[in-house]
Amino acid sequence: MIKQKKKVEDSLVASGENAIANKEVEGLSQGQIIVRRFLRHRAAVFSVFFLFSIMILVFSAVDSQFGPIRTNGWWKWNPDDIPELRFGDCPNDTIGCPTISVVPKFLGGDGFGLGDHPFGQDDIGRDYFSLVMKGSQRSIQVMFVIGFFAATIGTIVGAVAGYFRGVIDNVLMRFTDFIITIPAVIVGSVIGSKFGNLGAIVLAVYLGLFAWTGLSRLVRGEFLTLREREFVDAARVAGASTRRIIFKHILPNAVGVIIVAVTLLLSGAILLETALSYLGFGVVPPDVSLGLLINQYQDAFTTRPFLFWYPGFFIISIALSINFIGDGLRDAFDPRQKRRITKKEKLAAKVMKRESV
Amino acid sequence: MSKPILKVEDFSVDFWVDGVWYPAAVKMNFELHPGKVLAIVGESGSGKSTTALGLMDLLATNARRSGSVLVKDEDMIKAKGSVLRKFRGKEVAYIFQEPMTALNPVYTIGFQVVETLRNHFDMGPKTARDRAIELLTMVEIPNPEQSFDKYPHQLSGGQRQRAMIAQALACDPGLLVADEPTTALDVTIQAEILDLMRNLKTRLNSAILLITHDMGVVADMADEILVMKDGFTVEHGSSDQVFNRPTHPYTKELLAAVPKLGSSRKRELKVARDAAPVMKMENVTIEYPKRGRIPAFTAVKDFSLEIFPGEIVGLVGESGSGKTTVGRAAIGLLPVKSGRLEIVSKDITKASQKELFPIRRHTGIVFQDPASSLNPRLPIGESIGEPIFLAKLAKGDELNRKVEDLLEQVELPRSYRNRFPHELSGGQRQRVGIARALALTPDLLIADEPTSALDVSVQARFLDLLLELQDKLKFACLFISHDLAVVDILAHRIAVMQDGRLVEVGDRDAILKSAKDPYTQRLIAAVPVPDPAEQRKRREARLAAR
Repeated sequence: MIKQKKKVEDSLVASGENAIANKEVEGLSQGQIIVRRFLRHRAAVFSVFFLFSIMILVFSAVDSQFGPIRTNGWWKWNPDDIPELRFGDCPNDTIGCPTISVVPKFLGGDGFGLGDHPFGQDDIGRDYFSLVMKGSQRSIQVMFVIGFFAATIGTIVGAVAGYFRGVIDNVLMRFTDFIITIPAVIVGSVIGSKFGNLGAIVLAVYLGLFAWTGLSRLVRGEFLTLREREFVDAARVAGASTRRIIFKHILPNAVGVIIVAVTLLLSGAILLETALSYLGFGVVPPDVSLGLLINQYQDAFTTRPFLFWYPGFFIISIALSINFIGDGLRDAFDPRQKRRITKKEKLAAKVMKRESV
Repeated sequence: MSKPILKVEDFSVDFWVDGVWYPAAVKMNFELHPGKVLAIVGESGSGKSTTALGLMDLLATNARRSGSVLVKDEDMIKAKGSVLRKFRGKEVAYIFQEPMTALNPVYTIGFQVVETLRNHFDMGPKTARDRAIELLTMVEIPNPEQSFDKYPHQLSGGQRQRAMIAQALACDPGLLVADEPTTALDVTIQAEILDLMRNLKTRLNSAILLITHDMGVVADMADEILVMKDGFTVEHGSSDQVFNRPTHPYTKELLAAVPKLGSSRKRELKVARDAAPVMKMENVTIEYPKRGRIPAFTAVKDFSLEIFPGEIVGLVGESGSGKTTVGRAAIGLLPVKSGRLEIVSKDITKASQKELFPIRRHTGIVFQDPASSLNPRLPIGESIGEPIFLAKLAKGDELNRKVEDLLEQVELPRSYRNRFPHELSGGQRQRVGIARALALTPDLLIADEPTSALDVSVQARFLDLLLELQDKLKFACLFISHDLAVVDILAHRIAVMQDGRLVEVGDRDAILKSAKDPYTQRLIAAVPVPDPAEQRKRREARLAAR
């Protein structure tokens, strides 16, 4: 009994205010705490792996180009190749059906295998796998370009408005309100019909110029609270310039909000791109994107639904995994986030207690 | 002897953190009889609030309770949710620390009292309203009929706390748990609330479980005292016994750390009043400018004060009196609207940010909240070194050495340079705050309530350190505080503020022993003294004067 009490006292040596609440974060830096909390979110960690695998697959399968960087793909077909269209051995007398097979032999399938055209072929015989890969490349590139521009503009506008307040804040926020009132689809279709033929990246830049509004409001709010914190006054008393206060003292503290908002903005961006391309205002042929593929083959839905499924699958899995990552990041950056006790842990604790008595 | 209303036996609370149960309260034993007050005293983290909330299972989901808590012979540990709900509010009522957050801002206070009544009694809206007004009258809220329809934000802090007491008393509970009921209030209002609680206790014959860290409040109220440290009960006895014959070393330490008004050591007052003042304010008026529809607000009017080299001036006042505003203006964080402000003989009344830069080398400030005054993303060494770095006095290794010297000066290990603020305790953070303020060896240090967020024992050590440093470095200091006892320890002179005006200024002894202004007198009389007999005398004198 005495020994047990001693043990309890030992565990309380490092006490002080919030000692118990701080047990979890003892001796860790801010970054380490955030990483630890993120790793606890299983769906988010899985999504990171999943998204990376998709991106590696997509960018390595067929030739890709972004600015001066070029890579060659390992897949035997390119989107421009027109191989012979497969007839006959498809069910229901369709043409160009997928050759991919995932049902193992012992279940009566053909075993694992990609075949010649894993995702099938389109109307004129082009390999659909290479088309989907190419389309995904475009969509992901567009997504990141939109994200980059929206994040930069949103952060700058929000930071300036929140830090300086007053007239500057009023002007910037009314301008933001004005941009928000224009529906994204209308902006997108005008931009699309005007600049769509200049290439997907130019389109993405213009879309990014309209997608920053939500982020700038969040950043402004964060700056408004942070600038009232005493460490900002302390920096000012120490003689820090406005630029130093913004970049050294406030921005690193607002980075959590920015990262989370940008992640969620990315998943919005990929959906915006596909929606616009589907409507015919986004990426224009001969370029391909996931939305464009769905648009082009929507008539084939009843007869050859795989032309619909594969791009759809990629859109959903990219958007979903980004959303999960954003969710995990938000949990990781939120200091109020406390871990819930699982049933298993409760049980383990009970057993421990019984053993120690 | 009457039957106890609350009987706690072997009561323990543990919290589940990261795979291990951490004890927050260990084997508590106490009982409470009607009409008595038991005070649980301890510093932050000692488990006193956990005990109070744990009695009625109001803790977070990762808490585990064991032992027994008997309220009217019903065990609150084994009780089901429905039984607990019946007992909460009806038999055991709570008063919390911060009435603004404990009252729901979207309902009127009358509605909230009525809600409690109708939850527990079969009562029509009309009767409930009458009873609620009766309760509001009982807690001495002015114009109870009109106050019934007021929202929490329309009442002052003291009135809100009264409304919360009315809500707690709605069902005539046998036990009232008051968790730091006056910590958020000014001393004069605290005295009123304590008087009210004492009156109600004798009138309703209910028991009070008082949770507090303020030994003065304990001396004022308690019949019995239980001292807690790190979850353990270290001492339990009658008020007289604990205050006058403490047995446990921790209790002795705690009582010694409490600053007592009017019993501070005599300090040499070697201040050269003929030298040029370090800070000179002449008829200064400070205004918060109009913003949108909110009209301009004059926080400080016609304020004059001089601080001489090597002198500590205590600036005292209740919340909203403008004392922090004065401190911030003195360091150039707020513009002065009219009057004249000189720092080290330079006029900074109309100075721009650029003109202020050289002044910054002669001034330093320690902020109130140690949690907010350090950038959480920077290691503390960088925070301390920033003033030196920006003044271009040192960089690289030389800067690191200076930072380590500063850390040593405030009695922190040199290795703490690379730690982050969240790894430090409140007291340590506040030392870092001093180190940063003293980095440029300023002539004037502004200390804005630097100890109000600290425990008494930490506060005592902090004040010792500040005095030691002041002795060594001879800086002038404007020490802003609401706590007269703290100012008594430090200051050579004391200035008292009320509603943005300077009420009285003079030598420490002159102010504390023979204050001329009635407001200063009231302020001094309201401070509770950590000595039951002495406090009773003061209380009676105060009530007689009213």
